[in-house]
Amino acid sequence: MENKLIVSLSPHVHGGDSVQKNMYGVLIALIPAFLVSLYFFGLGALIVTATSVAACLFFEWAIGKYVMKKPATTICDGSAIITGVLLAFNLPSNLPIWIIIVGALFAIGVGKMSFGGLGCNPFNPALAGRVFLLLSFPVQMTSWPVVGQLTAYTDATTGATPLALMKQAIHATDKSAAMDALSQIPDALSLLIGQNGGCLGEVSALALLIGLVYMLWKKIITWHIPVSILATVFIFAGIMHLTDPEKYVSPVLQLLSGGLMLGAVFMATDYVTSPMSKKGMLIYGVCIGLLTVVIRLFGAYPEGMSFAILIMNAFTPLINTYCKPKRFGEVAKKK
Amino acid sequence: MLKTFSIGGVHPHENKLSAHQPIITAEVPAKAVILLGQHIGAPAKPIVAKGDVVKVGTKIAEPAGFVSAAIHSSVSGKVSKIDTIVDASGYAKPAIFIDVEGDEWEETIDRSTTLVKECNLSAEEIVKKIADAGIVGLGGACFPTQVKLCPPPSFKAECVIINAVECEPYLTADHQLMLEHAEEIMVGVSILMKAVKVNKAFIGIENNKPDAIELMTKVAVNYAGIEIVPLKVKYPQGGEKQLIDAITKRQVASGALPISTGAVVQNVGTAFAVYEAVQKNKPLFERVVTVTGKSVAKPSNFLARIGTPMKQLIDACGGLPEDTGKVIGGGPMMGKALVNTEVPTAKGSSGILIMNRKEAKRGEAQTCIRCAKCVSACPMGLEPYLLGALSENGDFERMEKERIMDCIECGSCQFTCPANRPLLDYCRLGKGKVGGMIRARQAKK
Repeated sequence: MENKLIVSLSPHVHGGDSVQKNMYGVLIALIPAFLVSLYFFGLGALIVTATSVAACLFFEWAIGKYVMKKPATTICDGSAIITGVLLAFNLPSNLPIWIIIVGALFAIGVGKMSFGGLGCNPFNPALAGRVFLLLSFPVQMTSWPVVGQLTAYTDATTGATPLALMKQAIHATDKSAAMDALSQIPDALSLLIGQNGGCLGEVSALALLIGLVYMLWKKIITWHIPVSILATVFIFAGIMHLTDPEKYVSPVLQLLSGGLMLGAVFMATDYVTSPMSKKGMLIYGVCIGLLTVVIRLFGAYPEGMSFAILIMNAFTPLINTYCKPKRFGEVAKKK
Repeated sequence: MLKTFSIGGVHPHENKLSAHQPIITAEVPAKAVILLGQHIGAPAKPIVAKGDVVKVGTKIAEPAGFVSAAIHSSVSGKVSKIDTIVDASGYAKPAIFIDVEGDEWEETIDRSTTLVKECNLSAEEIVKKIADAGIVGLGGACFPTQVKLCPPPSFKAECVIINAVECEPYLTADHQLMLEHAEEIMVGVSILMKAVKVNKAFIGIENNKPDAIELMTKVAVNYAGIEIVPLKVKYPQGGEKQLIDAITKRQVASGALPISTGAVVQNVGTAFAVYEAVQKNKPLFERVVTVTGKSVAKPSNFLARIGTPMKQLIDACGGLPEDTGKVIGGGPMMGKALVNTEVPTAKGSSGILIMNRKEAKRGEAQTCIRCAKCVSACPMGLEPYLLGALSENGDFERMEKERIMDCIECGSCQFTCPANRPLLDYCRLGKGKVGGMIRARQAKK
């Protein structure tokens, strides 16, 4: 007995949290948004999501095994599934399967594994995949099926998204054209529930907010990043709206449309690519909010969330270097 | 809103299995092994030799420096040898071995249970008596009490803070001591207040001990200037800096002494020992030890003589369970895993925790996913993920800049890490290396 005692350093207990728990927690938080996308896009949503997840898992396994020659420890932790789901949520529901697979290869292969796998990637893999597809296949990536066509996949009718209409209003040459574009935007309530075209995961702000509440409750993420993004967008877009209400839509519509909620709740909060200190998280969130509104209102693309997050991902190491957490005793020292 | 410290912290399962178990006087061991290094600072110098006859309470070793403490025999009998024995740290340390014969106490010790409230000694006399009794901080750090009571002249004590937090899971020694000796503790606190010449004392107790809070509050009414402060349950609230922050909202700056905030912190067990030393002439040779664990037949609180082999206390609780994986001296967060159960109890032995094999196993470390949970958990405002990575890469210069020396080794980071990373192991390694670098630099000057 005596010589069998285990000797190790303290602490001798562990809180029981695990990578898997966090990852599967995020997946649970994604369920409402997935169900809503199934409801609005039907078969298309299912095909896109299943393809993306399967492809991400396959590439994670294959690259790990044949290129990196490491035991497949990260297959089961759920991170590749999350990348798959988030990539799918950032795609239109009628995207050809081969494009999805190319996107998954870029997301996992370039976005994640080329940097060394989980924990080492500077950019959010799903967003890297999405932006790669957006730049490579602009036509397919921006033809959005109209919601409510439950079984449509290949021959879905496409329509303009609220963000595209907002962009039209900004670039309109005369007032009536701007008014015309803005009048086509659904009201806030239908945007909240999901009555608008767009990527399959971003249609319902409400479903994403339920996911946010779940993740906050389970302490998977903290409020700092999502709240700072949403508040910044609201304030900045609100100021722009006040300067010219006929050109710039109300901040509430900005909050509820496009990938803003999806980005703020699930993409910007990605552990690996976001800052570590609370102060850093707030700065990161505010910058994402500002960049998003700048791109949406003044940039070439109607949507700015993906670019804003990727740009700020690049600044994360810098933010980590300069935003140290508040040191114990700092207050006393200043006196 | 209950008070608590302001940065970080975790909340481990409390598992206070031995709560409300009355303190049992443990049997006097057949052989006592009294370590010479039972305190921070230089080990004491033995003043007995082989063959000497000692009584319970006879001084057997003298302090060997300013930060050192006297040691007394906990048993009566004959010194059989002065040799080394493996202590809780896992290293062989010098100790005095005594063969027990009978149980004869020094005549000066007042063994009655009557409460002696009055204390007419001056502050200097009190401090001298405390030093003579070999009292050290009984929370686990074992800092000699008389040193803490004599702060450098540039600082002025404003209040005494009594640490009755007992934030370590499983341990209940302080809790039970409060329930059984509330009056004595109050007298001890009054004496401590007199020793540092202040008229205010706070006793911080975590809210998971409502009966102790209630009883102590009731008793404190009869003692001037003593206030009970219920605290929110949060680890590591028993850390000296965290406790001062929780109670006074003042933070000890990095590298500064806790007295810089005007607070003199003492453990509640120390306050009781001070009462016994000053009012009853009883040196510190026994203390309350919790013996606990999920597989232990009868988790208990013992009043055990210092130098009792831990095995004896474990046997009194029903013996070492079949599935024992680890025996820990102290609590699960900061205790030390023992190499064997022959290790003798010392002044700092607050508990013995027995973990089964399943609990004793550490999870496999995975890649850091940069979730920042360690940053949120660190009570000192450090970045354990970064310190861990730097330590792994051997970049100790950078570790010093990242404030590794502020680490209090509470283990909150490792406790909370979802990837099971041994963050505290890395931090300890870094602290050791950086500490060496700092000493080398100072030596050059």
